[in-house]
Amino acid sequence: MKEKVIEVRNLVKKFGSFVANDHLNFDVYQGEIFGFLGANGAGKTTAMKILCGLSAPTSGEVKVGGFDIYTETEKVKRNIGYMSQKFSLYEDMTIAENIRFFSGIYGISPKERKAKQEILLKNLDIESSKDSLIRSLPLGWKQKLAFSVAIFHDPKIVFLDEPTGGVDPITRRKFWDLIYETADRGITVFVTTHYMDEAEYCNRVSIMNDGRIEALDTPENLKKQYGAKNMDEVFLKIAR
Amino acid sequence: MKTIFYVIQKEFIQVRRNKTMLRMIVMIPLLQMLVLVFAATYDLKNVNIFLVDKDMSSTSRKLASKFEASPFFTINNASFSPEEGEKELLRNADNMVLVIPKGFERKLIRDDKASLQLLVNAIDGQAAQLGYSYAASVIRGFNKNIIAEWKGLPEFNPPFQINAVPRYWYNAELEYKWYMAPGVLAILVTLIGLFLSGMSLVKEKEQGTIEQLNVTPIRKIHFLAGKLIPFIVIALFDLSFGLLIAKIVFNLPIVGSLGLVFGFGILYLIGILGLGLFISTVADTQQQVMFVTYFFMMIFILMGGIFTPVDSMPKWAQLFDEANPVFHFMKVMRMVILKGSDFGDLIHEFFALCILGFTFLSLSVLRYRKTA
Repeated sequence: MKEKVIEVRNLVKKFGSFVANDHLNFDVYQGEIFGFLGANGAGKTTAMKILCGLSAPTSGEVKVGGFDIYTETEKVKRNIGYMSQKFSLYEDMTIAENIRFFSGIYGISPKERKAKQEILLKNLDIESSKDSLIRSLPLGWKQKLAFSVAIFHDPKIVFLDEPTGGVDPITRRKFWDLIYETADRGITVFVTTHYMDEAEYCNRVSIMNDGRIEALDTPENLKKQYGAKNMDEVFLKIAR
Repeated sequence: MKTIFYVIQKEFIQVRRNKTMLRMIVMIPLLQMLVLVFAATYDLKNVNIFLVDKDMSSTSRKLASKFEASPFFTINNASFSPEEGEKELLRNADNMVLVIPKGFERKLIRDDKASLQLLVNAIDGQAAQLGYSYAASVIRGFNKNIIAEWKGLPEFNPPFQINAVPRYWYNAELEYKWYMAPGVLAILVTLIGLFLSGMSLVKEKEQGTIEQLNVTPIRKIHFLAGKLIPFIVIALFDLSFGLLIAKIVFNLPIVGSLGLVFGFGILYLIGILGLGLFISTVADTQQQVMFVTYFFMMIFILMGGIFTPVDSMPKWAQLFDEANPVFHFMKVMRMVILKGSDFGDLIHEFFALCILGFTFLSLSVLRYRKTA
């Protein structure tokens, strides 16, 4: 069995009397692509924000990258990358300036940055756009770039919150190629999505409903278990 | 520590890319200094008089010409009807109605005294009082002349009187612009500092970049310091720019040390930017920031003593002003620039600004949380 990079035990998050996360229990292993599914308002984003240290849980134990999120928040943050729903590079800065800024914050030396930046630009095939403002780029590029910047400091885990919203199937497919490459490098990918074809790409999938995890297994096993042809049917059976 | 540098660099890049912001940084000092200082003046320039001379004697005409001769008064209209004068007051066409009653000269000769009536438009109390006291002094001068004329000898049995001859220190020519300029400079620095810092954090919230920062291991002290330093630099640039304009356009004498002006400027800005950041941590949108910032600006500036002397405010207002950074800074600016006060004269303001700055800054550091 591989190393556990995320351990969640009895995680509860309440907003007043509303229970957003109701006793969540799950583990995520190193290098896997973990799909986090659920209808809107099921509590996916809330749980993800807790794992990233953006939000404090009401109760329960959570370890990310081997560190406790209550007491070792800053160590957790060194070891994760995050790409939110809201596209979040600085629109009024260029690609190179964004990379320089985020590298600086993670303490990456200018020398290392330059070397890695070159590889990044080459991989995404955007070397000539290095000095373009982010706001001038097409959405698909922005998403790939935001993802690349989120893993620029080689985190153990990267969290992607609906990373492919609003782009065409081909661009989405290309984005998933990037995700595979990342997982191959040993970085764990924790991804939420609404697209059930994307769920098929994951190693394991959890499906949330009303703040609880209703199912957690490989897409193959889930389809067998629910007697469904594809993940779409599985999802509809559980979410209803 | 190096992270501060990266945040500063980022802020400067963003300011540079923001055309509106750049224009504001240059245009606000220019407009404020040139428009506000010229316009917001209490110098009494021109009082329009409506003359109702019912006496039509040589004495009444002499009095009228006395007013005409004064640089402050213009006899705009004349009529025999005080009602018409009242109408002019209502229309705001004239500021004052001077009524010389019938038999004025005769009474003066026979009884040695006579009455006049002055109706003053006192919607603006300050201007009314000033106008009245100028008018009264014209009449007093006229009175003395008559005594001298009629009694023959000017110093013949003069009534015993003490003459106070004022010497106006620190602003000998009572140049109102010199009094206004340091105050407007203080407002300028406040405006720039408060808006820049107020917008900075909330903009990141609106764009979602704040989350991206909050998942990084950046220390919030470093982040906030990196945010503040560029705005201090920009506000100090505007302070120098404003001073330069004041020097060139108004020939503002800068008696005290510029070092002191800028030293206090930095201290003051730390507090103002702290307040702006605090507003920014509480608010969710730029619109909210605008409203709250505007509210603080209004109170701070109106109570800070730019237009009305704080000494003549009620006791509670003076106490409140101890917590008003604009009040302290404006005082420092006027004292250093016009009087040449040194640090020793400003100990009280120094500690007040230190305490306020520390409070605002602590509030914003405490309120800003990376983990909600």
